[in-house]
Amino acid sequence: MALLQITSPHLRGTNRTASVMQWVLLATLPGFVALIWFFGWGVLINVAWAVLLAIGAEATVLRLRKRPVMFYLSDYSALVTAVLLGLALPPFTPWWVTAVGVLFAIVISKQLYGGLGSNPFNPAMVGYALLLVSFPVEMTTHWATPSTLAVQPDFLQTLTYIFTGGGVNIDGVTMATPLDTYKHQVDILTREELTQLPVFGQHVALGWEWVNLGFLAGGLALLWRKIITWHIPVSMLLSLTACSLIIGWDPDQYTPVSIHLLSGATMLGAFFIATDPVTAATSRLGKLYYGAGIGILVYIIRTWGGYPDAVAFAVLLMNFAAPFLDHYTKPRTYGHRKAHRGIKKAD
Amino acid sequence: MRQTWDFHGGIHPPENKTQSTQQSIRKAGIPQYLYLPLSQHIGQPAAPVVAIGQQVKKGDMIAEAVGPVSVPVHAPTSGTVIAIEDHQVPHPSGLTDSCIVIETDGLDEWKECIPCENYEELEPAEILERVRQAGIAGLGGAGFPTAIKLHPPRNDKVNSLILNAAECEPYITADDMLMRERAHEVIGGLEIMAFILQPEECLIGIEDNKPEAVAALREAAKDTQIEIVVIPTKYPSGGEKQLIKILTGLEVPNGHIPADIGVMCQNVGTSAAVYRAIRHGEPLVSRITTVTGEAVEQPANFETLLGTPLSFLLNQAGFNAAKASRVLMGGPMMGFALTSTDIPVVKTTNCLLAATQKEFPEPPPEQPCIRCGMCAEACPAELLPQQLFWFAKAQEFEKAEMHNLFDCIECGACSYVCPSSIPLVQYYRYSKSQIRIARLDQEKSDKARERFEFRQTRLQREQEEKEAKRKARAEAAAKAQAARAAEAQAAEDPKKAAVAEAVKRAQAKRQQQAAPEVDLAELESNVQKAKDKLTKVEASLQQAEAEQSDMAEKLRNAVAKNRDRLAFAEQALADARKQSSDTSTTASSASLPAQDSEQLQRSIKRQEDKIATLQNAINDTRNSDPDRANQLQPTLDKSLARLAELKAALGATAPDTPEEQAGPDLEQLQSQVDKAKDKLAMMQGMLEEAQAEDPVDDAKVSKLTRAVEKNHERLAAAEKSLKNAKQQAQQIPGQAKSSPEELEALRNNIDKARDKLVMMQGMLEEAQAESPTDESKIAKLTRAVEKNQERLKAAETAYQNAGGESVDIVN
Repeated sequence: MALLQITSPHLRGTNRTASVMQWVLLATLPGFVALIWFFGWGVLINVAWAVLLAIGAEATVLRLRKRPVMFYLSDYSALVTAVLLGLALPPFTPWWVTAVGVLFAIVISKQLYGGLGSNPFNPAMVGYALLLVSFPVEMTTHWATPSTLAVQPDFLQTLTYIFTGGGVNIDGVTMATPLDTYKHQVDILTREELTQLPVFGQHVALGWEWVNLGFLAGGLALLWRKIITWHIPVSMLLSLTACSLIIGWDPDQYTPVSIHLLSGATMLGAFFIATDPVTAATSRLGKLYYGAGIGILVYIIRTWGGYPDAVAFAVLLMNFAAPFLDHYTKPRTYGHRKAHRGIKKAD
Repeated sequence: MRQTWDFHGGIHPPENKTQSTQQSIRKAGIPQYLYLPLSQHIGQPAAPVVAIGQQVKKGDMIAEAVGPVSVPVHAPTSGTVIAIEDHQVPHPSGLTDSCIVIETDGLDEWKECIPCENYEELEPAEILERVRQAGIAGLGGAGFPTAIKLHPPRNDKVNSLILNAAECEPYITADDMLMRERAHEVIGGLEIMAFILQPEECLIGIEDNKPEAVAALREAAKDTQIEIVVIPTKYPSGGEKQLIKILTGLEVPNGHIPADIGVMCQNVGTSAAVYRAIRHGEPLVSRITTVTGEAVEQPANFETLLGTPLSFLLNQAGFNAAKASRVLMGGPMMGFALTSTDIPVVKTTNCLLAATQKEFPEPPPEQPCIRCGMCAEACPAELLPQQLFWFAKAQEFEKAEMHNLFDCIECGACSYVCPSSIPLVQYYRYSKSQIRIARLDQEKSDKARERFEFRQTRLQREQEEKEAKRKARAEAAAKAQAARAAEAQAAEDPKKAAVAEAVKRAQAKRQQQAAPEVDLAELESNVQKAKDKLTKVEASLQQAEAEQSDMAEKLRNAVAKNRDRLAFAEQALADARKQSSDTSTTASSASLPAQDSEQLQRSIKRQEDKIATLQNAINDTRNSDPDRANQLQPTLDKSLARLAELKAALGATAPDTPEEQAGPDLEQLQSQVDKAKDKLAMMQGMLEEAQAEDPVDDAKVSKLTRAVEKNHERLAAAEKSLKNAKQQAQQIPGQAKSSPEELEALRNNIDKARDKLVMMQGMLEEAQAESPTDESKIAKLTRAVEKNQERLKAAETAYQNAGGESVDIVN
């Protein structure tokens, strides 16, 4: 009888990192499908291409770092990064732009920091921000026209365009996003005139409302599975809502709250990006501050910044603040009168 | 319905309790040997009170409590004590500890127990003592002596007495089955404890997964004030702090015990044991242990004698060793894996879990922490386990402490939920032990520093005290030492002898003018001693030369030195004889002492010889055999005392110095001359010695040269004044007393100054010998000596002047 020497606890739950990541991937599906439905095959191609690149890059760097490749690949974290970045890219993004973004995300902002768990910044958002500042035209103006407004190129045409740059007249199938449109037209047009524009469709923002609702549904699934907690999404959405209600109460001057919430990357950001546990604040109070900070920053950058959307920058800025927040938002431990704050030694 | 609270976190692992509740409690039976550890509780181990070979009955005390935090151990069945030896005991590290081994006789014969029908007739203190004597320690797991726990410190009032029946760990059902089958014992024990503590409320906290036990308790407690509170099943609700929070909403403050907030928790097993101890007078000799897991065929609860080997107990449940991959003592969340099944059941053994590989697979390899925070959501202490993990990994223990690492109860909920399979509790245990080690080291180094600082202050203080003592002693020593040691050492050290003699003469003179014979006798003895020593040293030298020892060279020097000394001593004796013959002509009556005094002098001489021999023996043995030297010291002291007596006797027999003619003056002056001569000789000796010994020490040589010159002058001065005095005495034999008071005073001044000078010189020499490196001290003393020399000179001048004047007046 060989008795195994292991200290307590001897019982383990069934939770695994891989299953956490798989759930995240699964939860993106509603929004993913909506994106493909409204904005064409380019979304799928982007994601697939990003996934291929991410796995290749991750495996290569792991080999260079002399780490067990399959052990780390099977945690699915590279896949999540690739999918989130791929979902954020415009549908007609040239292959090399995606490649630059994914390689930077995986190699520089994740593996060079020590791999999963050691990266201070959300890798997908680092990749996205790099592309946004490096290739602003490709990243902001070439968003696909919703399929209900124009005939989208088929799968092969899209594939050809992405990898060769030919086969599609890009100007015919792309237009500005609702956020971009409202921001730039609100000085010229009234609210009524703006809402008449086809890009806003019948409800809030054509196509986008469904995409966001899809991601919201996925996010709720994650909450239900306890993969994420409610703190970050709720505080982020609440602070964004509050800002757009208080500051932007006049839709003749500012983008209204409905468009803020149901357009752009709001729901993807709230449930899938801001909740990346590695780079977020970790205590419950810290998460509330962290989410609220992202919401406020999103509003500020969307309203007064140079870019139509702002989730990437807002998340990266709050990544900086996460360790600080953690130091000052420790929970009150059982039996202690109050929580210990800051990094100074307790009395 | 009573209000209950919830605690933060917690988990819901599969319960796996039904396997072991299918059968009623079984008796495990009597194994051939029982191994009873002396330490089955927290606190001092019990001390055996039985001898090997002694027959014991069931319930006999075999080891008694030592100190207040301790409980006795009793024989679980009848049999023979066959050994008291180290045996493996239940411990995560497989440690061994002292055990009493009993070979059972199978009769299970009880000792006579004294039942108590009505415990309310007893004093609470008496009940506590009975609980203690019954060997009851918390059966829930910690093993804290129950009698101590039932007597809270500072007499805190216990408002809520809580019986912990949560039994929240998976697999364990010992308490559950106890409550189902012996609810009256549990309730009875709780009533006894309530009688002792007189709480405002008695609660039993029980999880809702034990409906049978709840029903049994309700039935047994229906006529009592006891409230049975059914709480939701959640691990670790059976943790003392968590249960208190659930039932009272209170939190036990950090660093305090529940009694501080008026709450006390007791385990149901403990309660039943208290009942049996008080009601039936039975000590704690058995307990109920769950034996479960997929590697046993009939999982069940067993009433097990303490000390039963686990292998015996496991076999009762159909243990399949081939299937087992881990055997745990305790539950799967907080129990520990055993290294062997050859260890005994103890008072805290609530469960044996023999698990198969499939049941508890080896943990998958640790993955990186993704800070998902599931651990923080599960932590019942509301810590941030993920942060603690980072700090432990980075060895940032200070930060870990700031994150309240020590509030971790090691329940394992964080490890259970961790998706990265990180053994978090191990990291916390590691951090805690590292911090404890660091604290111990810190304590050690603090103590070392304190010790060092204390030593420094002590040395300084001692130095100061030594200084003060030396000052104080110097006055006494100048007298006493002169009377004692100096004489004894005179032979080997003419310097010291001279100093001592000078002092002694000064004293003797102050009493009355000493007879010159004493000096003479002393000098004779000095000569004798010097001779003795020389002979001895020569003998040693011969021996050393014969052995061709390295010592020969040194001894040769010593012989030369001793020859010089002998020469000095003889010279001094010759001088003294001449003087004494001189003085005897002037003061003839002084040379007519009774025969007694001659006899005494002979005795003194003998005594002095003896002292010298002793002194030499001591000196010789001091280096080689300090013990022997110390033994000789009392003999020497005695001899010195005897010598002092003899001298006193001699002083008494010697006739009073006649106060006639110029007697005192002349004698005084004569003795001054003598002294000056002695001193000069001494100085010359020292000078020579210094030149020989330390030719490079120019400073010392030149100092001594100066001293010799000075002494020459003094001698000349003394002789001159003696001559003057003699002339005066001859010229005016009858009138020399015309101004004796004045002269007397002046002379006293001189004496005093001289004494002081001598003392100072003695101190200086001592300092030079003892601490040659302490330059400041030597310099100080040197200055003091010089000052005193000046004063002496002044006194002498004054005396001379006075003498001159008086002569002038007379003329």
